[in-house]
Amino acid sequence: MSDHRTPLGGASRDGRVRVEEMPRRGMITLRGDLSDATFAGTVTALSGTGMPGQRKVELADGGLLAWMSPDELLLVMPPEDVAGALDRIASDLSGQHHLAAEVTDARAVLRLSGEDAAVRETLGKLMPVDFAPGAFGPGDIRRTRLAQVPAAVWCVAPGDFGVICFRSVAEYVYAALTNAAAEGGAVGHY
Amino acid sequence: MSTRLATGGRLIDRTRSIEFRFNGQRLSGHPGDTLASALLAGDRLLSGRSFKYHRPRGLVASGAEEPNALFGIGEGARFEPNQRATTQELFDGLTAKSQNHWPSLEFDIGAVNTKLSRFFPAGFYYKTFMGPRAFWKHVYEPIIRQSAGLGQPPKEGDADRYEHFYAYTDVLVVGGGIAGLTAAKAAADSGAEVLLVEQTAHWGGRAPVDEDGGEADVAALVDALEAMPNVRMRARTMGAGVYDHGYVLAYERLTDHTDAKEGPRHRLWRIRAGQVITATGAIERPLSFAGNDVPGVMLASAVRDYVVNWAVSPGDRTVVVTNNDDAYRTALALHKAGLSVPMILDARAGGGGALAQAAREAGIRVENGKGIAKVQGGKRVTGVAICAQAGEGAVLETIPCDAVAMSGGWSPVVHLWSHCGGKLTWDEAQAMFRPDPDRAPTGHDGKPFVITAGAASGAMQAQAARADAAVAGAMAAERTGREASRADAAQPASSDEHPIEPVWMMPQGARYDLRSKAFLDYQNDVKVSDVQLAAREGFESVEHAKRYTTLGMATDQGKLSNINGLAVLSQSLSTPIPQVGTTTFRPPYTPISMGAIAGEARGEIFQPLRRTPMHRWHEDHGAHWEPVGHWRRPYCYPQDGESHGDAVGREINQTRARVGLLDASTLGKIVVKGPDAGKFLDMLYTNMMSTLKPGKCRYGLMCSENGFLIDDGVVARWDEDTFLCHTTTGGAERIHAHMEEWLQTEWWDWKVYVANVTEQYAQIAVVGPKAREVIEKLGAEGMDSQTFPFMAWEDRDLAGIRARIYRISFSGELSYEIAVPASQGLALWEALMDAGAEFGITPYGTEALHVMRAEKGFIMIGDETDGTVIPQDLGLNWAISKKKDDYLGKRAQARSHMTDPKRWKLVGLETTDGSVLPDGAYAVGQGVNANGQAITIGRVTSTYHSPTLGRGIAMGLVLNGPDRMGEVIEFGKIGGGRVSAKIVDPVFFDKDGEKQNV
Repeated sequence: MSDHRTPLGGASRDGRVRVEEMPRRGMITLRGDLSDATFAGTVTALSGTGMPGQRKVELADGGLLAWMSPDELLLVMPPEDVAGALDRIASDLSGQHHLAAEVTDARAVLRLSGEDAAVRETLGKLMPVDFAPGAFGPGDIRRTRLAQVPAAVWCVAPGDFGVICFRSVAEYVYAALTNAAAEGGAVGHY
Repeated sequence: MSTRLATGGRLIDRTRSIEFRFNGQRLSGHPGDTLASALLAGDRLLSGRSFKYHRPRGLVASGAEEPNALFGIGEGARFEPNQRATTQELFDGLTAKSQNHWPSLEFDIGAVNTKLSRFFPAGFYYKTFMGPRAFWKHVYEPIIRQSAGLGQPPKEGDADRYEHFYAYTDVLVVGGGIAGLTAAKAAADSGAEVLLVEQTAHWGGRAPVDEDGGEADVAALVDALEAMPNVRMRARTMGAGVYDHGYVLAYERLTDHTDAKEGPRHRLWRIRAGQVITATGAIERPLSFAGNDVPGVMLASAVRDYVVNWAVSPGDRTVVVTNNDDAYRTALALHKAGLSVPMILDARAGGGGALAQAAREAGIRVENGKGIAKVQGGKRVTGVAICAQAGEGAVLETIPCDAVAMSGGWSPVVHLWSHCGGKLTWDEAQAMFRPDPDRAPTGHDGKPFVITAGAASGAMQAQAARADAAVAGAMAAERTGREASRADAAQPASSDEHPIEPVWMMPQGARYDLRSKAFLDYQNDVKVSDVQLAAREGFESVEHAKRYTTLGMATDQGKLSNINGLAVLSQSLSTPIPQVGTTTFRPPYTPISMGAIAGEARGEIFQPLRRTPMHRWHEDHGAHWEPVGHWRRPYCYPQDGESHGDAVGREINQTRARVGLLDASTLGKIVVKGPDAGKFLDMLYTNMMSTLKPGKCRYGLMCSENGFLIDDGVVARWDEDTFLCHTTTGGAERIHAHMEEWLQTEWWDWKVYVANVTEQYAQIAVVGPKAREVIEKLGAEGMDSQTFPFMAWEDRDLAGIRARIYRISFSGELSYEIAVPASQGLALWEALMDAGAEFGITPYGTEALHVMRAEKGFIMIGDETDGTVIPQDLGLNWAISKKKDDYLGKRAQARSHMTDPKRWKLVGLETTDGSVLPDGAYAVGQGVNANGQAITIGRVTSTYHSPTLGRGIAMGLVLNGPDRMGEVIEFGKIGGGRVSAKIVDPVFFDKDGEKQNV
């Protein structure tokens, strides 16, 4: 088994906030009937969390379960657990219509950390999202746009945010984020 | 002369001096000056030359409405033309230079135009440069380009950085004058989140200048707002435009006012507001008298701004001319500063109210019913000739003076109200267009989302403006779901001001020679006589008259001229002003920088670049890139000294003879899963997909509802319920959206889910006679044609990597497309390169791919198709199922135009001389059409030099093509001449597919 390369090779840069690529995470896109008890039971057993509400993310050790659309979830876990999780989903949900696809390598995962307001401002320069603390806090996620490409952003804790984007544009997203996080750009809005 | 007064100046810091350079000369000013006030303090009255006649022009205004004082600011990589001196704050080391003159500001050759002005009437360009047509390109345009225009474009790349910022608020207040502050306070008292933006560096607007106690009121409000946690205030931030659904752009200037250029220069705020309050104030109108553009003639409000704010007197002797009471404030301010006001000319026969009385009591001579016949002086005012307003301009008296303060009344700034559909009403009593609150811009719910406050509402008196603003603030808060306490709208105290009387021309019956020197639009040199001429020539619509005369079309967008211009038009047409109406107000309110619009999108992040997992390897191995959508794909890999053409030839020959490697990761990969997946794909593709067996692959065509080909690719059935659809590189997102649209809007009850997994996999095509041996070397077993035939897929471990291998071919060779997780793509690529070394493996690029597919007669979406081509045109009937009841495009393909036998059809083309046909060339038929053009009977869709065959090959669409095999037709060449080509089968190479089936 050869090494798995992440799109940015673990790059990081410190500006007003720290922008870094996270280690490779296992990811599964899951589509199905979110209100179905079997579906929800299977998913939450794998995530070890509750079911996320609309535009919410449930955080767990080493993973998360994110609401992506009315019939789509994103399950994040250690990469070595993906194959087992897919088997489990296939067997538990064999009787019902669903789709589970591994997307571990389709994406780049980045983390922004630092002073809470500075992190929010950095993101607010690129993403059309209300990042005011009262409007976007721990457990919130948005699928939206980062400058010119699709991306999702969630809040882990004050001053600790996650961003995922497609693998092919990882370098663009990293450059856009580090540019937005450059010194001298304080807005003072939050 | 204009000069700095010994005392006063509420905005300047007299304890410090700062230096700046104007046209290379060292000048000084104080912190708090604008470039305009500093120039005026240095008696730099002349600020530029006008656009058309090159007339000397000076400052007219003190704010964003200034039409004349435009300069190039900064140097080198920070140079920017057309910047307003009135909105440019002074800083140490600022450099400015004047524009639109040659050779110098004081002596300008172009000024001869003003002597010839009777030969430059309205519509001059349209009338003069009629023909001959060829003159446009070679004579007229170069001359116009040379003589027109204001500043020079910057020559270097911009040294600064820019950014956007997304902000959300309940209430956005645009304008930080007394009305904006009052409205913000009223809204914020309810608990609503309030964002308040002000274009200048100072809060309070006109109140500190115009009202006793205004400055203290402003300070108290600012203190109160700054203490509120739900209020955010931004100075130097202009509300630029109001758009649908409460979307507002604001333009923040962060470093224009300082020599410290750290951080972003401009920030474009992209605001979503629940409610927008426009407290944008009002702009004073000039009066239209002869010579109203001579340097030293200024708006009355600007004159008192310069005196009160910056302690600058525009002149020692200032004549005030007005049709309303407000201008008396200027006379009184000048008087208070110890300056001389020889006369106030009040065009109203009845004169003014209490302020006029105060002026008289101060000993100022006031003449009612009088106006200015003509201003004397060229590069500066030397005096005014007085006349009766009711007459034609007979001079009664001449008054020496060096400045004129004029006021034609005030126009509320209705721009932001109007941007998104707010309507105006003509207020006869105040002679102004003001917002009609009953016809406000409406949001998604049909309810109003913009409210005006203060002077922007047309509430011109101080107390009325505050009361109006307080109501506006409370109303905005209520509309965002808060409870606001509304102070009872105070009854405005009975005004002791006399009403304005509209004066659109001075004197009322001005002779032609006076009218033709009475300027409406300073920046575009439009005079009263021009608008009158346009009316006589039939330009009755205000929008037409605007474009014919260029009134209001300059960078100030007619802030001073629009109302005066349309009033003159109204008089000329004998049509009431409300019927004439206004031109359209469009964002931005004043010009914003291109940098702010671009934001972060420059340099490395100008545009996203999509990279495959092997991108860096290609780069390291000398790839010449081809942009494909946002991807970069290797076009070819030239080796030292090799031309691109030679590299492509080598890559093809090596692949056909030995083995080649292609990065196919960019191909779209969409998983389609569910009990109805087969049924769904049968609708999407023209051929039958539901009968495909698990483990097998099938090529398919996708059409739009209109029958046209939109995509193609190989579908693999992963299991009973699951298919993988390959799309073209450019088609992945588009086809994914196409699938979702049909599933969400039409077939919502079908049990199908789709997922775009394009980026999960790196895909590598191993192509050529040695392909199997290379793969076997990496440990794959059972690769023989029995176990693993053409158009099947199998999972294998290659070099320790779990791979899904599709035996499909786009080149006609033995070919495997290997999909592995993207994280292992580079590892597999390198393993294949190592394993293939002994066979002479070569990476090949997109051009080799194109040539090889063309040699095999395979079509390419985007080459053989252009949105008007159906599969039947391409001889792809074999891929259209006859058994299916329906598929997307089936009905359209049955329509008469689609079944017309005269549709051009796909054929191969071989030039008789072996040359390469020009791409896109047309085949020429007999005779000419109605336009005298040669009849065309076909066109080239793909054309290449085939290294395999050693000659040019092409595909094309030709009239009755498939029935004309062997015929020779002619194609036009670029630059003239013809080239003949024989119609042949489009499959040029290995028609029986022996190579790919081994």
